[in-house]
Amino acid sequence: MKQWNWRLISTHTILIIGVIFMSLPVWVAFATSTHSAESIIRNGLQFWPGGEFVNTYKEVLFVKGGVMKSVLGTTMLKNSLILGIGFAIGKVVISMLAAYAIVYFRFKLAVPLFWVIFMTLLLPLEVRIIPSYGVVAGLGLLDTHFGLIVPLIASATGTFFFRQFFRSVPDELLEAARLDGATAWGFFKDILVPISKTMIAAILIIMFVVGWNQYLWPLIMTTKEENYTLVIGIKQIYQVLAEGGEVPQYQKAFALTILATLPPVLVVLVFQNWFVKGLVESEK
Amino acid sequence: MKRVQFEHSTIPYLFVAPQIVIIVVFFLWPAAQAIYQSFLLEDAWGLSSQFVWFRNYKDTIFSESWLQAASFTMVFSALVTFLSLAIALLLAVKANEVIRGASTYKTTLMWAYAIAPPVAGLMGNLMFNPLIGDLYKFFNAIGWDFDHKLDSFDAGFVVVLIAVWKQVSVNFIFFLSGLQGIPKSVNEASMMDCKSSFRRFWTITFPLLAPTTFFLMVINITYAFFETFGIIDTTTRGAPGGATNTLVFKVFQDGFRGADLGGSSAQSVVLMLMVLALTVVQFRFIERKVHY
Repeated sequence: MKQWNWRLISTHTILIIGVIFMSLPVWVAFATSTHSAESIIRNGLQFWPGGEFVNTYKEVLFVKGGVMKSVLGTTMLKNSLILGIGFAIGKVVISMLAAYAIVYFRFKLAVPLFWVIFMTLLLPLEVRIIPSYGVVAGLGLLDTHFGLIVPLIASATGTFFFRQFFRSVPDELLEAARLDGATAWGFFKDILVPISKTMIAAILIIMFVVGWNQYLWPLIMTTKEENYTLVIGIKQIYQVLAEGGEVPQYQKAFALTILATLPPVLVVLVFQNWFVKGLVESEK
Repeated sequence: MKRVQFEHSTIPYLFVAPQIVIIVVFFLWPAAQAIYQSFLLEDAWGLSSQFVWFRNYKDTIFSESWLQAASFTMVFSALVTFLSLAIALLLAVKANEVIRGASTYKTTLMWAYAIAPPVAGLMGNLMFNPLIGDLYKFFNAIGWDFDHKLDSFDAGFVVVLIAVWKQVSVNFIFFLSGLQGIPKSVNEASMMDCKSSFRRFWTITFPLLAPTTFFLMVINITYAFFETFGIIDTTTRGAPGGATNTLVFKVFQDGFRGADLGGSSAQSVVLMLMVLALTVVQFRFIERKVHY
């Protein structure tokens, strides 16, 4: 009995150390963001919240020239939301349509087209980054939402996921629908989409997080500060801190990291079950 | 494939068209350009260019800085993959054992998934800030002459630590779901046969997790190669002296900062070949898994 107790204690100890390892950095970032710049310089990082919460966050969100030269925190927040939501919806729509064609139709180019989609797995953005920039610049799409989102959404992951899911849908459904005279579009809209609801939700959540967290692409294709997302704003902050000048505004840097972290974390926590399901199923 | 399918000549093309158009414009066309440019040498003003066959490849890949980046990327990927898998597996096994607080542990261990690598990088960067960083002060206080701005080992330590921290939660989610997929009867049978929980883990549980582990290895290597760009860019930026340059970071540096299009493209093509190799390995494995 005693041995069993020790085992339980060690299990919980390991888990608690794990939780501290994963959470403490973010907690410290939050706590430090609520202190004044001077007290951070004097006392270092903080483990307990201070009294500057309202001041810091108000300034980061609503005051121009505080952290960045010409952009408000709220503007970056808006840009991040547009990127996250636009990316998620675009990806789901495009990949569902493509997967539908591949699974439910017999057509000549089905196999070659499938391979074209598959090839995107071999071309992560990072390996084609400079010519991609050239293409988007050539099309006049720099600093536009379209140019930001569309080049990101065509990769194969979503298509593979829906292809897998559609193949698990019983054939009888289509047989029955056809007996009732359903058209191709009608079957998709009235039957396939409604039965895919949970899957769609799961993918939307994951893709929102992925879109929100994009870094390299927004970094090179947004040139104006007003188009920065929060994640990119962080990079600028880092440069301001590195260059020095007056008292480094560490609390604002931390506040911005918290703002950039909060929405995707909330989405993951609130929709935890869908998120885990989508993640585990989609990558299989 | 489905037994029942629509027979139609035009509609399926309309459905695939959006994806195919985007892929051609934003994937295949830039990739083709990267390949084409990797054979060109531009003059200093970018006005004229010359076809130079494999000279860019020879010049960049045999250069000291590329070899340095390549070897750092290998060591970095191996460390990040191994450490983040090991920590995540330990936590997942423990989280799968407990009954009390199981869901709290699960939530608090997985939520870091949602944090972007550059955000993690900036947080880490501030923790290691010489002026305010507690970790920086801590390591120096315990007698480690720590300076990640000057010492390449210390700089490597910082980026590995942040990259592992960021990746543990994804691995944890997959391991935990893998563990929960092991039938109760298997666990009960093994408990009767084997008293030692340590041996039980390595002889029963771990082999059953092998497919998950293998899959995660591929995911983690891909992560260490590509997604850690944001971490490097917000912490060391390759310093000191290129000691923490990953291959991807170097493509970016040479192409955008150095404006060496030919060399940067040649590096991109080499990276494409590496992804190709990884994908082949992954798919051969998945083929095998079907026959298990």
